[in-house]
Amino acid sequence: MDLVSDVLLVVGAAWFLLAGLGVARLGDTLARVHAATKATTLGMALVVLGAALEAPGPDAVKLLLAIALVALTNPLGGHLLGRAVEENPGTAEVRIDVRATLDEPSPPADDAEPPPH
Amino acid sequence: MMTLTFVLLTAAAALCGYRAVRGPSIVDRVVAVDGLVIIAIGAIAADAVRRGDARFADAAILLAIIAFVGTGIVARFIERRGG
Repeated sequence: MDLVSDVLLVVGAAWFLLAGLGVARLGDTLARVHAATKATTLGMALVVLGAALEAPGPDAVKLLLAIALVALTNPLGGHLLGRAVEENPGTAEVRIDVRATLDEPSPPADDAEPPPH
Repeated sequence: MMTLTFVLLTAAAALCGYRAVRGPSIVDRVVAVDGLVIIAIGAIAADAVRRGDARFADAAILLAIIAFVGTGIVARFIERRGG
């Protein structure tokens, strides 16, 4: 049981790292949504399952409940975000540069009304 | 083994944090923060194994719910705003 739990923890953490690499390195917003949603769900399920094997009864049930909740809601959230991007194609191109916003007033957007003279 | 698990989780969290700071669009930030919350659930579970005591299991359940509510609200916001 100890060995199974250890293997599950490390494999799950490796899936988390894979998800992190995908989020950081993929070149397109929808691709990043895809990487973040699926790989983190599997990694979370493996890590928490490994912990549930070690935990005593009631705590194991709580951890399994957390697996069920994330497995149900995380793909749904990714789908909602993906649909929102798909229906509003401009969203993925909106660039928010935090440092520029802090340092200086941001330039007016293309579709903004010209300031009154 | 626990050390390797935590190193991998930390590296994953750092990569997600990089994307959350870098952006560039709101969707990228939301997805990165969502990933951070799921990594936090995994870290809570790994911490339970390290301590031999799953006292933060309730927090893992709450994080699972909050992550979904946050993502859903932002998706709703994007759809209503119309891009």
